[in-house]
Amino acid sequence: METLLNDFSPGLFIVQTILLLGLIFLLVKVAWKPILTSLNEREEGIHGALEAAEKARAEMQNLQADNEKLLKDARAEREAMLKEAREIKDKMITDSKEQAKVEGDKMLKQAQAAIESEKKAAVADIKNQVAELSIEIAEKVLKEQLANKDQQLKLVESMLGDVKLN
Amino acid sequence: MEEVSKMIRTLVLLCTLCISLQGFAISEGGDQGAVDTKDEVDAYILHHIKDAHDFHLFSYTGDNGERKHVGFPLPVILWSSNGLATFMSSEFHHDDAGKVIVEKGGSKFVKLHGKIYELNAGASEVQFDEHHHAENAAKVLDFSITKSVFGILLVGLLMLWAFSSLAKQYASKKVPTGFGRVLEPLVIYVRDEIAKPNIGEKKYRQFTGYLLTVFFFIWILNLLGLTPLGFNVTGQLAVTAALAIFTLIIYTFSGNKDYWMHMLWMPGVPVLIRPVLAIIELAGAFIIKPFSLLVRLFANISAGHIVVMSLVAIMFTLKKSLGVVGATGLSLVLSFFITLIEVLVAFLQAYIFTMLSALFIGMAVAEHDHEHEHDANGHDIPDAEDVRGDFI
Amino acid sequence: MVTYNLIGAGLIVIGAGIGLGQIGGKAMEGIARQPEATGKIQTAMIIIAALLEGLAFGALFLGK
Repeated sequence: METLLNDFSPGLFIVQTILLLGLIFLLVKVAWKPILTSLNEREEGIHGALEAAEKARAEMQNLQADNEKLLKDARAEREAMLKEAREIKDKMITDSKEQAKVEGDKMLKQAQAAIESEKKAAVADIKNQVAELSIEIAEKVLKEQLANKDQQLKLVESMLGDVKLN
Repeated sequence: MEEVSKMIRTLVLLCTLCISLQGFAISEGGDQGAVDTKDEVDAYILHHIKDAHDFHLFSYTGDNGERKHVGFPLPVILWSSNGLATFMSSEFHHDDAGKVIVEKGGSKFVKLHGKIYELNAGASEVQFDEHHHAENAAKVLDFSITKSVFGILLVGLLMLWAFSSLAKQYASKKVPTGFGRVLEPLVIYVRDEIAKPNIGEKKYRQFTGYLLTVFFFIWILNLLGLTPLGFNVTGQLAVTAALAIFTLIIYTFSGNKDYWMHMLWMPGVPVLIRPVLAIIELAGAFIIKPFSLLVRLFANISAGHIVVMSLVAIMFTLKKSLGVVGATGLSLVLSFFITLIEVLVAFLQAYIFTMLSALFIGMAVAEHDHEHEHDANGHDIPDAEDVRGDFI
Repeated sequence: MVTYNLIGAGLIVIGAGIGLGQIGGKAMEGIARQPEATGKIQTAMIIIAALLEGLAFGALFLGK
């Protein structure tokens, strides 16, 4: 302890105090302040840049998600449209089929009716013509027969013989 | 990997160079002649860890048996009873035993064991008592540019140059180049590992300048002490005392209300114990803390110097028993590893000093905005934050 | 007189050695248990070792 106190130099202490004080003030002024300020600025810059990058990434992700959603929507829409079209097509086909069938039936019926009526007409015509022919024949026959009295009687008789009394 | 091995090679080379030069310095070091015996080595080491008034590199014995000293003198500035006296240290002619008397400004000065004494009026020669203390001479206030002051100036200028050039680099570009790339991580290290965690995010900024200055000042001076130039600045009690008192002043004047409250009238303890605690706290803050700071740095660096030099001195003290080659080899191996450890200690002590300064400042400016836990009687239970100070 | 001082110095060194060993050993245990807290443990270890060292050196120099 005694040697230590003996070694302690007050002069050196004072000189060191003054020099250190000067050194601290000078260094704070010329070095530490600008260094720490620019370090802080740089760190804030890096921080900001990182944040911006993160933001951009998030935005990008959002965009991508949006795109995907749009794509999905479009695909769904296309699908729906296709489905609709297919349905319409099917419906049209069935509709037209039915219509055709109905029409066909109708036409068939009409045709049948026409045929029927034609047939009827034809039959009637034939009947008429047959009647007329019969009458004509009958007339001719009658004319011929009636020219001769005997024959008239014979005819009547034969006719009467034909007619069965039932 | 290559970088690391290159670094290790450089370090090994530097250490070896330091040791061999120190060995040379010891072997030719003494003022009276070559150092050979154990007592002479002891005397040389004790001489070395003291401050010196001239910058002495080494001495050798010339052809005609005359001692030649290589180095340069430094100015001596004294405040004596007759006012200021200045002269060059070469006027003492390397005398350290109080034999050469320098007369300046009406006072007579002698140098005795690295200290300058002023002879009492009328005395023409130093008288010694039985403890070899000067009887008729008194110490003077010595503002000389001693070897330590020279080292401080050197390191101060070095730091000013290095860090102002680093600061200038930032003006033109964001990232420093060259040597600035080495300094920048160190500055960031002190800021992020020492200042921020110990003082706190909010208030660290205004103390970082001091912490950075002290950290680099101590570290560079510690490393300079490992070179064969023979600086032992951080091993001077006066220097470490000044550093510790700076820390003391800073944390005393930046202490907030809570700090003084906890020191003088500790809340949460019985009233009768409070004055006792106040005495302990005051002693802790004004005596123990700065004392531990100054003694730790001084003792570590001095002890390091003594150990390295003692191991180097094995070369001479064990020459007889081990032979020249054996003694030199043993000394080289031992001192090589101790020098490596000293490189670590140089950093560690700078780190510890700065760290503890930051811790003390942090304790003084800490915001006690946290709620104290209360026990059943409504008394505050001090938490770790409050009692931390008692252990440091 | 010198001998007593040396004995005292030896005692101080023994005490400080035990203390430093405890600090180092416990810190190693802590690191082994929680390797992710290595940095914090190291810092605390160095601080406590420095405090102990300050005490030991103080005692050594008071006795010198």
